[in-house]
Amino acid sequence: MREFLLGNEAIARGAWEAGVKFVSGYPGTPSTEIIETLAMRFPETNPRWSANEKVAFEEGMGAAIGGLRVLVTMKHVGLNVAADAFMVFPYSGTNGGFVVISADDPGMHSSQNEQDNRYLARVGKVPVLEPSDAQECHDFMIAGLELSEQFKSPVMLRTTTRLAHHKGLVEVGERREVEKKEFVRDAKRFSVPIYRLIRRPEVEKTLNALTAYAETCSFNRMEHNDNKSIGVVTSGIAYQYVKEVMPNAGVLRLGMTFPLPANLLREFCSQYETVYVIEEGEPFIEEYMRNLGITNLKGKEIFGLIGEYSPGRLRSALALGDPPKPFTEQVNLIPRPPMMCVGCGHRTVFAALKQLKVTVSGDIGCYTMGALPPYEAEHTTFCMGASIGVAVGLEQAGHKDTVAIIGDSTFIHSGIPPLIDAVYNKSHLTLVILDNSATGMTGSQQNPASGKNLLGEETPKLDLEAFCRATGVSSVEVVDTWQRKEIVNTIRRAIAYKGPSVVIARGPCNQLPEIKKRHVIPFIVEEELCTKCDACFKVWCPAITRTEQNFPVIAAHECTSCTVCAQVCPTDAIKLAEAFA
Amino acid sequence: MNTYSLMFAGVGGQGSLLIAELTSLAAVSAGYDTKQTEVHGVSQRGGSVETHVRFDRVEKVHSPIITPGEAFAVIGLEKLEALRFAHYVDQKNGTIFINDHELIPASVADAEKIYPHETIEYLKSMGLRVIVLPASRMARDLGDGRMANVVLLGALSTILPIPQDLWEKTIKLRIPAKYLEGNLKAYQAGKEMMS
Repeated sequence: MREFLLGNEAIARGAWEAGVKFVSGYPGTPSTEIIETLAMRFPETNPRWSANEKVAFEEGMGAAIGGLRVLVTMKHVGLNVAADAFMVFPYSGTNGGFVVISADDPGMHSSQNEQDNRYLARVGKVPVLEPSDAQECHDFMIAGLELSEQFKSPVMLRTTTRLAHHKGLVEVGERREVEKKEFVRDAKRFSVPIYRLIRRPEVEKTLNALTAYAETCSFNRMEHNDNKSIGVVTSGIAYQYVKEVMPNAGVLRLGMTFPLPANLLREFCSQYETVYVIEEGEPFIEEYMRNLGITNLKGKEIFGLIGEYSPGRLRSALALGDPPKPFTEQVNLIPRPPMMCVGCGHRTVFAALKQLKVTVSGDIGCYTMGALPPYEAEHTTFCMGASIGVAVGLEQAGHKDTVAIIGDSTFIHSGIPPLIDAVYNKSHLTLVILDNSATGMTGSQQNPASGKNLLGEETPKLDLEAFCRATGVSSVEVVDTWQRKEIVNTIRRAIAYKGPSVVIARGPCNQLPEIKKRHVIPFIVEEELCTKCDACFKVWCPAITRTEQNFPVIAAHECTSCTVCAQVCPTDAIKLAEAFA
Repeated sequence: MNTYSLMFAGVGGQGSLLIAELTSLAAVSAGYDTKQTEVHGVSQRGGSVETHVRFDRVEKVHSPIITPGEAFAVIGLEKLEALRFAHYVDQKNGTIFINDHELIPASVADAEKIYPHETIEYLKSMGLRVIVLPASRMARDLGDGRMANVVLLGALSTILPIPQDLWEKTIKLRIPAKYLEGNLKAYQAGKEMMS
């Protein structure tokens, strides 16, 4: 049977078919749909959202040494968070098959950096599989678990944005239950620090065995051509672009990119006059080949390092013709950056921060958009949880007007140690937690502050205010995120407070399914009372546009009834549709 | 070249992904090898969204990404977004469908003033085949402006080799019952605009 599946859905399907019994991860583009698909279609794989990627990895590690087949998912920067566990797991090795997804994002469509995690895998001595289409996402998921069990090694399945987020036809199968492996208490294997000297040679033994395996495994495939002028070594989605742009070239497609097969590469390159190395991301394969002493190579110097590849980019690089450029000569092709949703509770907070003219140390979430017009009220953003540490550092550098801002999910993910640190080191930190009870930017997933888990079951809701007080913050105030005046006053009080203070701006994300479903009475503009003063336009709600007579008009099916426009109207011309009727 | 390449361009929330998906599913049901991919920014809504669809009856489709200059059709759900992706069209044999509708980017300063209101005239002056449809207005007249996407789908369907009954079957499979009747009407209205 064939299904039309996203790369990520194909991975989920593969995990289910392979008898996976534990799945953990933290949402992150482009990996999120794997766990969402498992929750929706294959809950018998026991999927969950974990507090962060390190926790997810460690839970997966436990489940795998405990004998289950395991999948752990994260985006590329998530593996930085999980790196501590990732680096040490090969020392003990696994019992049940263990696959970790590293979803890399060349082009940074939804990420703060470009990072080729094959290098992390090399540091950790973890084998890497790179599928080239949705079918292989499915097949390599299954084969990855088998490889993991064969070599008792964790396996990285590296996807990229285009692979994860493209759909193709996938031949699927049925679930096959796999017997649980036995867990034997064995400190000499699983207590790595104490027995590290015993374990260290084992890592090399496994890696050597994997290197020998790489030479003959079916992940790596030669597609020879009679014309021996051009050969291509490629991996991942770039293989598809090669097949399209250079249909007559001989190809060595590497489906396993760590460890790399030295003999296979030498043999392939010896048969072609010129060999192009075409890989998205860093020159991982290319550097290895150059180190082998292979010299008839062309790679990054013509295809480039930065951003996604595409057939058009390959054509340009190979001087096969430049595709047309966007039409911009006589027209103004203005950008359209993303924006906060209609009724988003973050707007009032950014309006307040702008009004208070403070320095804002931001974090990772939809609220990175607070850096854009019209607010321009977020001045630093780096990585998950950095808002708090950076604010503490800015304070030490004399910038005492700094406010840190972080969402509930990011706070749980990696804002907790820095908050404890800020209190411990006597910072005057002012922290605003945007608590929308969701991991918003990746699609409003559940988190420990939602009171619901991935499968929608009730679960204890993290008491953020009690938690902050427990760290030693004595000023913790909670405010309805849609009360604009109150937000300004509360943040102002928090800044003036002598000592660390936390403001929790609370209100559910409008993209949460239960909020989307609720019945909304929209606001409407009573034109007789409207003086066209434009005050309502300054709340920057995308649902408010102009009529031909220049009156504001609110799109009824978009309005979330957040009340903010009505709060700013000086003549009370904005009313609930029901009241008006 | 037997591969049909289609570029769907719109603003997050307009449903360009939905009609791309319907097109892919219809192509799959007609027996084509099909690939689809979307490109969008960081957020759920409001940004520029592009979806690429490619299908071929004879050969395997390799790249899910379209190269500028090869699209059989560019489907713009909004004028600025149609302009942004117009160069993807095959300038000899391709068609650009444009919903005659403007959404002014809220997060760009003075956007109303610098918005390319003259997009349609400009693209026509470049010698491109441009089909302008008042899809948003038609959808509003049918009861819900959000169905502008399906009006465009109806128009698009008339130039693709996929049998008509498969389009309707696909819409029925994919659109929730509550919205089905309106969407079938929107699809029909788009089709009729092309006859």
